[in-house]
Amino acid sequence: MKRKVTTEEVIHIAELSRLAFTDAECEAQREHLEKVLGYFETLDGVDIADVPPTAHILDAVNVLREDEVEPSFDNAELVANAPERDDGAYVVPRVVD
Amino acid sequence: MNGITDMGLCSLIDALDGKKLSATEATRACLDRIKATEDLNNFITVCEDEALKAAAAADARRKSGERGGLLGVPIAVKDNISTRGVKTTCASAFLSDYVPPFDATVVDKLKAAGAVIVGKTNMDEFAMGSTNENSHFSAAHNAADATRVTGGSSGGSANAVAARQVFAALGSDTGGSIRQPASYCGTVGLKPTYSAVSRYGLIAFASSLDQIGPFARTSEDALRVLGTIAGKDSRDSTSTDKLDLPDKLSGKVKGRTFGIADELLSGAASDVKTAFERTVALLEDNGAKIKKVKLGSVDAALAVYYVISSAEAASNLARFDGVKYGRRASGYRDIAELYTLSRTEFFGDEVKRRIMIGNYVLSSGYYDAYYLKASKIRTVIKREFDAALGCCDAILSPTVPTVAPKIGAQVDPAATYLSDVYTVPVNIAGLPAVSVPVGRSADGMPIGVQAIGKAFCDGDLLDTARAIETVTEGCGNA
Repeated sequence: MKRKVTTEEVIHIAELSRLAFTDAECEAQREHLEKVLGYFETLDGVDIADVPPTAHILDAVNVLREDEVEPSFDNAELVANAPERDDGAYVVPRVVD
Repeated sequence: MNGITDMGLCSLIDALDGKKLSATEATRACLDRIKATEDLNNFITVCEDEALKAAAAADARRKSGERGGLLGVPIAVKDNISTRGVKTTCASAFLSDYVPPFDATVVDKLKAAGAVIVGKTNMDEFAMGSTNENSHFSAAHNAADATRVTGGSSGGSANAVAARQVFAALGSDTGGSIRQPASYCGTVGLKPTYSAVSRYGLIAFASSLDQIGPFARTSEDALRVLGTIAGKDSRDSTSTDKLDLPDKLSGKVKGRTFGIADELLSGAASDVKTAFERTVALLEDNGAKIKKVKLGSVDAALAVYYVISSAEAASNLARFDGVKYGRRASGYRDIAELYTLSRTEFFGDEVKRRIMIGNYVLSSGYYDAYYLKASKIRTVIKREFDAALGCCDAILSPTVPTVAPKIGAQVDPAATYLSDVYTVPVNIAGLPAVSVPVGRSADGMPIGVQAIGKAFCDGDLLDTARAIETVTEGCGNA
Protein backbone atom coordinates (compact mmCIF):
# COMPACT_ATOMS: atom_id res chain seq x y z
CA MET A 1 0.00 0.00 0.00
CA LYS A 2 1.29 3.44 -0.92
CA ARG A 3 2.10 5.54 2.10
CA LYS A 4 0.42 8.94 2.07
CA VAL A 5 2.26 11.94 3.41
CA THR A 6 0.18 14.76 4.87
CA THR A 7 0.99 18.47 4.82
CA GLU A 8 1.07 18.38 8.64
CA GLU A 9 3.76 15.70 8.52
CA VAL A 10 5.85 17.78 6.11
CA ILE A 11 5.55 20.80 8.41
CA HIS A 12 6.57 18.66 11.39
CA ILE A 13 9.63 17.22 9.59
CA ALA A 14 10.55 20.70 8.34
CA GLU A 15 10.52 21.95 11.93
CA LEU A 16 12.77 19.08 13.00
CA SER A 17 15.06 19.94 10.08
CA ARG A 18 15.08 23.67 10.91
CA LEU A 19 13.80 24.46 7.42
CA ALA A 20 10.93 26.73 6.42
CA PHE A 21 8.84 26.23 3.28
CA THR A 22 6.26 28.31 1.47
CA ASP A 23 2.97 26.54 0.78
CA ALA A 24 4.07 25.67 -2.76
CA GLU A 25 7.45 24.35 -1.57
CA CYS A 26 5.72 22.38 1.14
CA GLU A 27 3.51 20.68 -1.45
CA ALA A 28 6.55 19.91 -3.65
CA GLN A 29 8.31 18.36 -0.65
CA ARG A 30 5.19 16.34 0.15
CA GLU A 31 4.98 14.99 -3.40
CA HIS A 32 8.68 14.16 -3.49
CA LEU A 33 8.53 12.38 -0.13
CA GLU A 34 5.54 10.34 -1.26
CA LYS A 35 7.31 9.32 -4.46
CA VAL A 36 10.51 8.34 -2.64
CA LEU A 37 8.56 6.43 0.03
CA GLY A 38 7.01 4.58 -2.93
CA TYR A 39 10.52 3.42 -3.94
CA PHE A 40 11.12 2.35 -0.36
CA GLU A 41 8.40 -0.29 -0.71
CA THR A 42 11.03 -2.56 -2.32
CA LEU A 43 12.40 -2.90 1.23
CA ASP A 44 9.41 -5.06 2.04
CA GLY A 45 10.43 -7.68 -0.53
CA VAL A 46 13.58 -8.84 1.30
CA ASP A 47 13.52 -11.53 3.98
CA ILE A 48 15.26 -10.07 7.02
CA ALA A 49 14.12 -12.51 9.69
CA ASP A 50 17.05 -13.05 12.10
CA VAL A 51 19.32 -10.72 10.12
CA PRO A 52 21.30 -8.27 12.25
CA PRO A 53 21.59 -4.66 11.06
CA THR A 54 24.84 -3.31 9.59
CA ALA A 55 25.74 0.25 10.57
CA HIS A 56 29.06 0.17 8.73
CA ILE A 57 31.06 -2.55 7.01
CA LEU A 58 34.09 -2.59 9.31
CA ASP A 59 34.80 -4.94 12.19
CA ALA A 60 35.99 -2.03 14.32
CA VAL A 61 33.88 -1.27 17.40
CA ASN A 62 35.48 1.28 19.69
CA VAL A 63 38.76 2.75 18.52
CA LEU A 64 40.53 4.16 21.57
CA ARG A 65 43.69 6.18 21.96
CA GLU A 66 45.69 7.72 24.77
CA ASP A 67 44.35 11.09 25.89
CA GLU A 68 47.41 13.15 25.06
CA VAL A 69 47.71 16.89 24.85
CA GLU A 70 48.55 18.02 21.32
CA PRO A 71 48.66 21.40 19.65
CA SER A 72 45.20 22.42 18.50
CA PHE A 73 43.88 24.90 16.00
CA ASP A 74 44.60 28.58 16.30
CA ASN A 75 41.58 30.32 17.81
CA ALA A 76 41.78 33.34 15.51
CA GLU A 77 41.96 31.13 12.42
CA LEU A 78 38.92 29.11 13.47
CA VAL A 79 36.78 32.03 14.51
CA ALA A 80 37.67 33.90 11.31
CA ASN A 81 35.13 31.68 9.49
CA ALA A 82 32.25 32.63 11.76
CA PRO A 83 29.68 34.94 10.17
CA GLU A 84 29.59 37.00 13.39
CA ARG A 85 32.41 37.05 15.95
CA ASP A 86 33.80 39.15 18.76
CA ASP A 87 37.12 38.88 20.53
CA GLY A 88 37.77 35.22 19.69
CA ALA A 89 34.18 34.11 20.35
CA TYR A 90 31.14 33.24 18.24
CA VAL A 91 28.28 35.71 18.53
CA VAL A 92 24.70 34.38 18.77
CA PRO A 93 21.45 35.91 19.99
CA ARG A 94 20.86 35.66 23.75
CA VAL A 95 19.71 32.11 24.61
CA VAL A 96 19.20 32.49 28.39
CA ASP A 97 17.51 35.35 30.20
CA MET B 1 45.64 20.24 -28.30
CA ASN B 2 48.53 20.92 -25.98
CA GLY B 3 51.17 18.17 -26.14
CA ILE B 4 52.09 18.32 -22.46
CA THR B 5 48.55 17.95 -21.12
CA ASP B 6 47.86 15.00 -23.43
CA MET B 7 50.42 12.89 -21.59
CA GLY B 8 49.34 10.32 -19.04
CA LEU B 9 50.35 10.83 -15.43
CA CYS B 10 53.02 8.12 -15.43
CA SER B 11 54.50 9.42 -18.72
CA LEU B 12 54.54 12.90 -17.22
CA ILE B 13 56.53 11.63 -14.22
CA ASP B 14 59.00 9.93 -16.61
CA ALA B 15 59.36 13.19 -18.55
CA LEU B 16 59.90 15.14 -15.33
CA ASP B 17 62.44 12.60 -14.06
CA GLY B 18 64.18 12.63 -17.44
CA LYS B 19 64.44 16.45 -17.25
CA LYS B 20 62.52 16.78 -20.50
CA LEU B 21 60.05 19.00 -18.72
CA SER B 22 59.75 20.93 -15.45
CA ALA B 23 56.84 20.86 -13.00
CA THR B 24 56.45 24.57 -13.60
CA GLU B 25 56.03 23.99 -17.34
CA ALA B 26 53.54 21.18 -16.74
CA THR B 27 51.58 23.32 -14.28
CA ARG B 28 51.54 26.30 -16.66
CA ALA B 29 50.31 24.01 -19.43
CA CYS B 30 47.44 22.86 -17.21
CA LEU B 31 46.57 26.39 -16.11
CA ASP B 32 46.58 27.53 -19.76
CA ARG B 33 44.37 24.61 -20.73
CA ILE B 34 41.96 25.35 -17.86
CA LYS B 35 41.76 28.97 -19.03
CA ALA B 36 41.26 27.99 -22.68
CA THR B 37 38.47 25.58 -21.79
CA GLU B 38 36.96 27.48 -18.86
CA ASP B 39 33.48 27.27 -20.39
CA LEU B 40 33.39 23.66 -19.21
CA ASN B 41 32.96 25.16 -15.71
CA ASN B 42 34.92 22.34 -14.09
CA PHE B 43 36.50 24.51 -11.42
CA ILE B 44 34.97 26.51 -8.61
CA THR B 45 38.40 27.82 -7.60
CA VAL B 46 41.61 27.81 -9.63
CA CYS B 47 44.59 28.43 -7.34
CA GLU B 48 47.16 29.65 -9.82
CA ASP B 49 49.57 31.32 -7.37
CA GLU B 50 49.62 28.41 -4.92
CA ALA B 51 50.02 25.96 -7.82
CA LEU B 52 52.98 27.78 -9.36
CA LYS B 53 54.59 28.00 -5.93
CA ALA B 54 54.08 24.26 -5.36
CA ALA B 55 55.46 23.54 -8.85
CA ALA B 56 58.60 25.57 -8.15
CA ALA B 57 59.02 23.68 -4.87
CA ALA B 58 58.62 20.36 -6.72
CA ASP B 59 61.24 21.41 -9.26
CA ALA B 60 63.63 22.25 -6.40
CA ARG B 61 62.98 18.90 -4.71
CA ARG B 62 63.65 17.05 -7.95
CA LYS B 63 66.82 19.07 -8.51
CA SER B 64 68.09 17.96 -5.11
CA GLY B 65 67.71 14.35 -6.24
CA GLU B 66 64.22 13.52 -4.99
CA ARG B 67 62.12 11.15 -7.12
CA GLY B 68 58.89 9.21 -6.87
CA GLY B 69 55.45 9.99 -5.53
CA LEU B 70 53.58 12.60 -7.52
CA LEU B 71 56.42 15.08 -7.51
CA GLY B 72 55.37 17.96 -9.76
CA VAL B 73 52.12 16.41 -11.01
CA PRO B 74 49.25 18.91 -11.48
CA ILE B 75 46.11 17.52 -9.91
CA ALA B 76 42.60 18.78 -9.07
CA VAL B 77 40.66 18.23 -5.87
CA LYS B 78 36.88 18.08 -5.45
CA ASP B 79 35.53 21.07 -3.57
CA ASN B 80 34.24 19.05 -0.61
CA ILE B 81 37.82 18.14 0.38
CA SER B 82 39.33 20.66 2.77
CA THR B 83 42.31 22.70 1.59
CA ARG B 84 43.99 24.99 4.08
CA GLY B 85 43.79 28.62 2.98
CA VAL B 86 41.87 27.75 -0.22
CA LYS B 87 38.08 28.10 -0.34
CA THR B 88 36.17 24.85 0.05
CA THR B 89 32.55 25.47 -0.85
CA CYS B 90 30.94 22.06 -1.40
CA ALA B 91 29.30 23.94 -4.31
CA SER B 92 26.93 25.43 -1.71
CA ALA B 93 25.86 29.02 -1.12
CA PHE B 94 26.18 28.11 2.57
CA LEU B 95 29.96 27.67 2.32
CA SER B 96 30.65 30.08 -0.53
CA ASP B 97 33.17 32.01 1.61
CA TYR B 98 34.47 29.14 3.78
CA VAL B 99 38.26 28.83 4.02
CA PRO B 100 39.31 25.71 5.95
CA PRO B 101 41.96 26.19 8.64
CA PHE B 102 43.38 22.72 7.88
CA ASP B 103 44.15 20.31 5.06
CA ALA B 104 42.29 17.04 4.63
CA THR B 105 44.59 14.05 5.16
CA VAL B 106 44.48 13.23 1.44
CA VAL B 107 45.61 16.79 0.69
CA ASP B 108 48.42 16.49 3.25
CA LYS B 109 49.50 13.31 1.50
CA LEU B 110 49.28 14.83 -1.99
CA LYS B 111 51.39 17.76 -0.88
CA ALA B 112 53.94 15.52 0.84
CA ALA B 113 54.20 13.50 -2.38
CA GLY B 114 54.90 16.74 -4.25
CA ALA B 115 51.62 16.98 -6.19
CA VAL B 116 50.61 20.42 -7.42
CA ILE B 117 46.98 21.23 -6.56
CA VAL B 118 45.75 23.51 -9.32
CA GLY B 119 42.18 23.97 -8.17
CA LYS B 120 38.95 22.85 -6.58
CA THR B 121 36.41 21.19 -8.81
CA ASN B 122 32.72 21.68 -9.39
CA MET B 123 30.23 19.22 -7.93
CA ASP B 124 26.62 18.78 -6.90
CA GLU B 125 25.97 20.70 -3.69
CA PHE B 126 27.20 18.65 -0.71
CA ALA B 127 27.76 15.79 -3.21
CA MET B 128 24.02 15.23 -3.58
CA GLY B 129 23.21 14.66 -7.22
CA SER B 130 24.05 12.71 -10.33
CA THR B 131 24.40 15.46 -12.93
CA ASN B 132 26.43 18.31 -11.36
CA GLU B 133 23.39 20.51 -12.01
CA ASN B 134 22.82 20.92 -8.26
CA SER B 135 25.87 23.17 -7.99
CA HIS B 136 25.40 26.69 -6.63
CA PHE B 137 28.02 27.64 -9.24
CA SER B 138 25.96 26.08 -12.09
CA ALA B 139 26.53 22.87 -13.99
CA ALA B 140 29.76 21.69 -15.59
CA HIS B 141 29.58 20.89 -19.32
CA ASN B 142 30.71 17.51 -20.63
CA ALA B 143 33.94 17.85 -22.65
CA ALA B 144 32.65 15.29 -25.17
CA ASP B 145 29.49 17.34 -25.81
CA ALA B 146 29.00 20.64 -24.02
CA THR B 147 25.20 20.32 -24.17
CA ARG B 148 25.39 17.28 -21.89
CA VAL B 149 26.02 16.86 -18.18
CA THR B 150 29.27 15.57 -16.71
CA GLY B 151 27.44 13.41 -14.23
CA GLY B 152 27.96 13.79 -10.56
CA SER B 153 28.49 14.46 -7.96
CA SER B 154 32.23 14.62 -8.78
CA GLY B 155 31.49 16.00 -12.26
CA GLY B 156 34.18 18.68 -12.31
CA SER B 157 36.91 16.23 -11.32
CA ALA B 158 35.96 13.64 -13.94
CA ASN B 159 35.58 16.23 -16.67
CA ALA B 160 38.83 18.04 -15.77
CA VAL B 161 40.74 14.79 -16.31
CA ALA B 162 38.85 14.01 -19.53
CA ALA B 163 39.39 17.56 -20.86
CA ARG B 164 43.15 17.31 -20.24
CA GLN B 165 43.05 20.14 -17.70
CA VAL B 166 44.85 17.99 -15.11
CA PHE B 167 46.59 14.62 -15.03
CA ALA B 168 44.47 13.25 -12.20
CA ALA B 169 41.85 14.41 -9.73
CA LEU B 170 40.30 13.41 -6.45
CA GLY B 171 36.59 12.89 -6.04
CA SER B 172 34.33 11.33 -3.45
CA ASP B 173 31.88 8.48 -3.95
CA THR B 174 28.88 7.90 -1.70
CA GLY B 175 26.63 6.07 -4.17
CA GLY B 176 28.52 6.32 -7.45
CA SER B 177 29.78 9.91 -7.42
CA ILE B 178 33.20 8.90 -8.78
CA ARG B 179 32.26 6.02 -11.08
CA GLN B 180 29.18 7.59 -12.70
CA PRO B 181 30.86 10.83 -13.89
CA ALA B 182 33.93 8.78 -14.88
CA SER B 183 31.64 6.77 -17.15
CA TYR B 184 29.90 9.87 -18.55
CA CYS B 185 33.19 11.70 -19.20
CA GLY B 186 35.35 8.78 -20.35
CA THR B 187 37.97 8.51 -17.59
CA VAL B 188 39.01 5.85 -15.11
CA GLY B 189 37.37 6.46 -11.73
CA LEU B 190 38.03 4.33 -8.65
CA LYS B 191 36.00 4.10 -5.47
CA PRO B 192 38.38 2.38 -3.06
CA THR B 193 37.27 -0.07 -0.35
CA TYR B 194 35.51 1.79 2.46
CA SER B 195 38.17 2.79 5.02
CA ALA B 196 41.14 2.45 2.63
CA VAL B 197 41.46 6.24 2.33
CA SER B 198 41.11 8.62 5.27
CA ARG B 199 37.99 10.78 5.25
CA TYR B 200 39.47 13.37 7.61
CA GLY B 201 38.74 16.75 6.04
CA LEU B 202 36.12 15.41 3.62
CA ILE B 203 32.95 17.38 4.33
CA ALA B 204 30.63 14.53 5.28
CA PHE B 205 27.55 13.51 3.31
CA ALA B 206 26.89 9.92 4.50
CA SER B 207 29.74 8.80 6.73
CA SER B 208 29.23 5.04 6.44
CA LEU B 209 29.24 5.23 2.62
CA ASP B 210 31.57 8.13 1.69
CA GLN B 211 34.97 7.30 0.25
CA ILE B 212 37.58 9.47 -1.48
CA GLY B 213 39.16 8.11 -4.66
CA PRO B 214 41.08 9.04 -7.80
CA PHE B 215 40.19 9.91 -11.40
CA ALA B 216 42.90 9.37 -14.00
CA ARG B 217 43.19 8.58 -17.69
CA THR B 218 44.45 5.04 -17.10
CA SER B 219 44.29 2.40 -14.37
CA GLU B 220 48.07 2.62 -13.97
CA ASP B 221 47.77 6.36 -13.29
CA ALA B 222 44.92 5.74 -10.82
CA LEU B 223 47.10 3.21 -8.98
CA ARG B 224 49.78 5.82 -8.55
CA VAL B 225 47.33 8.28 -6.96
CA LEU B 226 45.70 5.61 -4.80
CA GLY B 227 49.11 4.56 -3.48
CA THR B 228 49.69 8.16 -2.43
CA ILE B 229 46.40 8.80 -0.63
CA ALA B 230 45.63 5.40 0.98
CA GLY B 231 46.45 4.33 4.51
CA LYS B 232 45.53 4.47 8.18
CA ASP B 233 45.16 7.90 9.70
CA SER B 234 44.97 8.63 13.42
CA ARG B 235 42.50 11.43 12.63
CA ASP B 236 39.96 9.03 11.07
CA SER B 237 39.27 6.10 13.36
CA THR B 238 37.51 4.23 10.55
CA SER B 239 40.59 4.26 8.32
CA THR B 240 42.65 1.09 7.79
CA ASP B 241 45.97 -0.04 6.40
CA LYS B 242 45.00 -3.21 4.62
CA LEU B 243 45.71 -2.51 0.94
CA ASP B 244 48.55 -4.40 -0.65
CA LEU B 245 49.16 -2.44 -3.84
CA PRO B 246 51.46 -3.66 -6.61
CA ASP B 247 54.11 -1.36 -8.12
CA LYS B 248 52.82 -2.13 -11.60
CA LEU B 249 49.72 -3.70 -13.10
CA SER B 250 49.99 -6.84 -15.18
CA GLY B 251 46.65 -6.54 -16.98
CA LYS B 252 46.57 -10.29 -17.39
CA VAL B 253 43.29 -11.72 -18.61
CA LYS B 254 44.07 -15.43 -18.88
CA GLY B 255 43.09 -17.38 -15.80
CA ARG B 256 40.84 -14.65 -14.42
CA THR B 257 37.18 -15.24 -13.67
CA PHE B 258 34.61 -12.49 -13.92
CA GLY B 259 31.07 -12.60 -12.58
CA ILE B 260 28.04 -11.17 -14.35
CA ALA B 261 24.82 -10.51 -12.46
CA ASP B 262 21.55 -10.10 -14.36
CA GLU B 263 20.39 -7.78 -11.57
CA LEU B 264 23.12 -5.30 -12.59
CA LEU B 265 22.12 -5.29 -16.26
CA SER B 266 18.42 -4.60 -16.26
CA GLY B 267 17.34 -1.30 -17.74
CA ALA B 268 20.57 -0.61 -19.63
CA ALA B 269 20.19 1.39 -22.85
CA SER B 270 21.00 -0.59 -25.99
CA ASP B 271 24.33 1.08 -26.82
CA VAL B 272 25.47 0.69 -23.19
CA LYS B 273 24.46 -2.95 -23.27
CA THR B 274 26.25 -3.52 -26.57
CA ALA B 275 29.47 -1.93 -25.30
CA PHE B 276 29.26 -4.01 -22.12
CA GLU B 277 28.65 -7.29 -23.94
CA ARG B 278 31.47 -6.52 -26.38
CA THR B 279 33.83 -6.00 -23.42
CA VAL B 280 32.78 -9.29 -21.81
CA ALA B 281 33.23 -11.14 -25.13
CA LEU B 282 36.70 -9.64 -25.61
CA LEU B 283 37.73 -10.71 -22.11
CA GLU B 284 36.46 -14.21 -22.83
CA ASP B 285 38.27 -14.30 -26.20
CA ASN B 286 41.46 -13.43 -24.37
CA GLY B 287 41.18 -16.30 -21.91
CA ALA B 288 38.96 -15.05 -19.08
CA LYS B 289 36.23 -17.24 -17.62
CA ILE B 290 32.79 -15.65 -17.35
CA LYS B 291 30.41 -16.86 -14.68
CA LYS B 292 26.83 -15.95 -13.82
CA VAL B 293 26.46 -14.75 -10.24
CA LYS B 294 23.34 -13.89 -8.28
CA LEU B 295 22.71 -10.72 -6.32
CA GLY B 296 19.07 -11.35 -5.46
CA SER B 297 18.48 -8.43 -3.12
CA VAL B 298 20.17 -5.78 -5.21
CA ASP B 299 16.76 -4.56 -6.40
CA ALA B 300 16.26 -3.15 -2.91
CA ALA B 301 19.68 -1.48 -2.91
CA LEU B 302 18.47 1.85 -4.26
CA ALA B 303 15.90 2.12 -1.46
CA VAL B 304 18.45 1.01 1.15
CA TYR B 305 20.84 3.62 -0.18
CA TYR B 306 18.38 6.52 -0.11
CA VAL B 307 17.20 5.62 3.41
CA ILE B 308 20.70 5.30 4.87
CA SER B 309 22.41 8.10 2.96
CA SER B 310 19.59 10.58 3.59
CA ALA B 311 19.45 9.68 7.29
CA GLU B 312 23.19 10.18 7.65
CA ALA B 313 23.05 13.38 5.60
CA ALA B 314 20.28 14.84 7.77
CA SER B 315 22.49 14.23 10.82
CA ASN B 316 25.74 15.42 9.23
CA LEU B 317 24.23 18.60 7.83
CA ALA B 318 22.76 19.61 11.21
CA ARG B 319 26.09 21.36 11.81
CA PHE B 320 25.31 24.01 9.23
CA ASP B 321 23.48 26.49 11.41
CA GLY B 322 24.96 29.90 10.64
CA VAL B 323 27.05 30.08 13.81
CA LYS B 324 30.59 28.68 13.54
CA TYR B 325 31.17 28.81 9.78
CA GLY B 326 29.23 29.37 6.61
CA ARG B 327 26.78 32.14 6.04
CA ARG B 328 24.14 33.58 8.32
CA ALA B 329 20.76 34.95 7.25
CA SER B 330 19.58 38.28 8.56
CA GLY B 331 16.32 39.26 10.23
CA TYR B 332 16.22 36.57 12.94
CA ARG B 333 14.74 37.29 16.37
CA ASP B 334 16.18 34.38 18.33
CA ILE B 335 18.62 31.48 17.98
CA ALA B 336 16.03 29.05 16.56
CA GLU B 337 15.09 31.53 13.88
CA LEU B 338 18.78 32.15 13.14
CA TYR B 339 19.18 28.43 12.40
CA THR B 340 16.00 28.12 10.35
CA LEU B 341 16.45 31.26 8.29
CA SER B 342 20.11 30.46 7.53
CA ARG B 343 19.40 26.86 6.51
CA THR B 344 16.37 27.87 4.47
CA GLU B 345 18.23 30.61 2.60
CA PHE B 346 21.56 28.88 1.95
CA PHE B 347 20.79 25.19 1.34
CA GLY B 348 19.77 24.32 -2.23
CA ASP B 349 16.62 22.41 -3.15
CA GLU B 350 18.13 18.93 -3.47
CA VAL B 351 19.94 19.23 -0.14
CA LYS B 352 16.65 20.20 1.50
CA ARG B 353 14.92 17.22 -0.10
CA ARG B 354 17.55 14.82 1.28
CA ILE B 355 17.41 16.35 4.76
CA MET B 356 13.63 15.99 4.73
CA ILE B 357 13.80 12.33 3.63
CA GLY B 358 16.48 11.67 6.27
CA ASN B 359 14.58 13.22 9.13
CA TYR B 360 11.38 11.51 7.99
CA VAL B 361 12.91 8.01 8.09
CA LEU B 362 14.60 8.73 11.42
CA SER B 363 11.57 10.30 13.08
CA SER B 364 9.72 8.47 15.79
CA GLY B 365 7.33 5.84 14.52
CA TYR B 366 9.20 5.33 11.23
CA TYR B 367 12.67 4.32 12.42
CA ASP B 368 11.93 0.57 12.46
CA ALA B 369 10.05 0.64 9.15
CA TYR B 370 12.83 2.40 7.25
CA TYR B 371 16.22 2.91 8.85
CA LEU B 372 16.39 -0.33 10.82
CA LYS B 373 14.95 -2.37 7.95
CA ALA B 374 17.41 -0.80 5.49
CA SER B 375 20.31 -1.55 7.84
CA LYS B 376 19.28 -5.20 7.96
CA ILE B 377 18.97 -5.44 4.18
CA ARG B 378 22.42 -3.89 4.06
CA THR B 379 23.65 -7.03 5.81
CA VAL B 380 21.85 -9.22 3.26
CA ILE B 381 23.32 -7.31 0.30
CA LYS B 382 26.81 -7.50 1.78
CA ARG B 383 26.47 -11.27 2.28
CA GLU B 384 25.29 -11.71 -1.32
CA PHE B 385 28.29 -9.78 -2.64
CA ASP B 386 30.66 -11.80 -0.44
CA ALA B 387 29.18 -15.04 -1.78
CA ALA B 388 29.30 -13.85 -5.42
CA LEU B 389 32.88 -12.61 -5.09
CA GLY B 390 33.83 -15.95 -3.53
CA CYS B 391 33.66 -17.55 -6.96
CA CYS B 392 35.14 -14.83 -9.19
CA ASP B 393 37.87 -12.18 -9.22
CA ALA B 394 35.49 -9.29 -9.91
CA ILE B 395 31.88 -8.65 -10.87
CA LEU B 396 31.36 -6.72 -14.11
CA SER B 397 28.43 -4.49 -15.04
CA PRO B 398 27.75 -1.32 -16.97
CA THR B 399 28.60 1.66 -14.73
CA VAL B 400 25.42 3.58 -15.58
CA PRO B 401 22.33 2.51 -17.57
CA THR B 402 22.76 5.35 -20.11
CA VAL B 403 25.28 7.81 -21.53
CA ALA B 404 25.35 11.38 -20.19
CA PRO B 405 21.94 13.06 -20.60
CA LYS B 406 21.44 16.59 -21.91
CA ILE B 407 21.74 19.44 -19.43
CA GLY B 408 18.27 20.29 -18.16
CA ALA B 409 16.74 17.01 -19.34
CA GLN B 410 16.28 15.62 -15.85
CA VAL B 411 13.18 17.35 -14.46
CA ASP B 412 11.94 14.89 -11.83
CA PRO B 413 14.47 14.73 -8.98
CA ALA B 414 13.09 11.38 -7.81
CA ALA B 415 13.59 9.86 -11.28
CA THR B 416 17.22 11.05 -11.32
CA TYR B 417 17.88 8.79 -8.32
CA LEU B 418 17.35 5.76 -10.60
CA SER B 419 20.53 6.46 -12.60
CA ASP B 420 22.58 5.25 -9.61
CA VAL B 421 21.11 1.75 -9.72
CA TYR B 422 24.34 -0.12 -10.64
CA THR B 423 26.66 1.88 -8.42
CA VAL B 424 24.92 2.23 -5.04
CA PRO B 425 25.00 -1.47 -4.06
CA VAL B 426 28.80 -1.24 -3.95
CA ASN B 427 28.82 1.50 -1.31
CA ILE B 428 26.27 -0.38 0.76
CA ALA B 429 28.65 -3.35 0.82
CA GLY B 430 31.76 -1.15 1.26
CA LEU B 431 33.53 -2.78 -1.70
CA PRO B 432 36.01 -1.26 -4.15
CA ALA B 433 34.78 -0.59 -7.69
CA VAL B 434 36.20 1.08 -10.75
CA SER B 435 34.70 2.50 -13.94
CA VAL B 436 36.77 2.00 -17.09
CA PRO B 437 36.00 3.61 -20.48
CA VAL B 438 35.26 0.91 -23.07
CA GLY B 439 34.06 2.84 -26.11
CA ARG B 440 31.48 5.36 -27.20
CA SER B 441 27.82 5.46 -28.12
CA ALA B 442 26.68 6.05 -31.71
CA ASP B 443 26.56 9.78 -30.94
CA GLY B 444 30.10 9.77 -29.56
CA MET B 445 29.44 9.76 -25.82
CA PRO B 446 31.74 7.75 -23.52
CA ILE B 447 30.52 4.47 -22.03
CA GLY B 448 32.06 2.85 -18.95
CA VAL B 449 32.18 -0.65 -17.55
CA GLN B 450 32.20 -1.13 -13.79
CA ALA B 451 34.32 -3.80 -12.11
CA ILE B 452 33.52 -4.56 -8.47
CA GLY B 453 36.28 -6.21 -6.43
CA LYS B 454 36.78 -7.93 -3.10
CA ALA B 455 37.22 -5.78 -0.01
CA PHE B 456 40.80 -4.48 0.32
CA CYS B 457 41.80 -6.04 -3.03
CA ASP B 458 41.89 -2.62 -4.73
CA GLY B 459 45.22 -3.41 -6.38
CA ASP B 460 43.83 -6.57 -7.91
CA LEU B 461 40.74 -4.64 -9.00
CA LEU B 462 42.93 -2.11 -10.82
CA ASP B 463 44.59 -5.07 -12.52
CA THR B 464 41.14 -6.05 -13.78
CA ALA B 465 40.70 -2.45 -14.96
CA ARG B 466 44.03 -2.74 -16.79
CA ALA B 467 42.83 -5.98 -18.39
CA ILE B 468 39.66 -4.26 -19.59
CA GLU B 469 41.70 -1.38 -21.00
CA THR B 470 43.97 -3.83 -22.80
CA VAL B 471 41.22 -5.85 -24.49
CA THR B 472 39.07 -2.84 -25.41
CA GLU B 473 41.89 -0.72 -26.74
CA GLY B 474 40.85 0.88 -29.99
CA CYS B 475 37.20 -0.07 -29.58
CA GLY B 476 35.07 2.42 -31.44
CA ASN B 477 31.39 3.20 -31.21
CA ALA B 478 29.02 0.60 -29.85
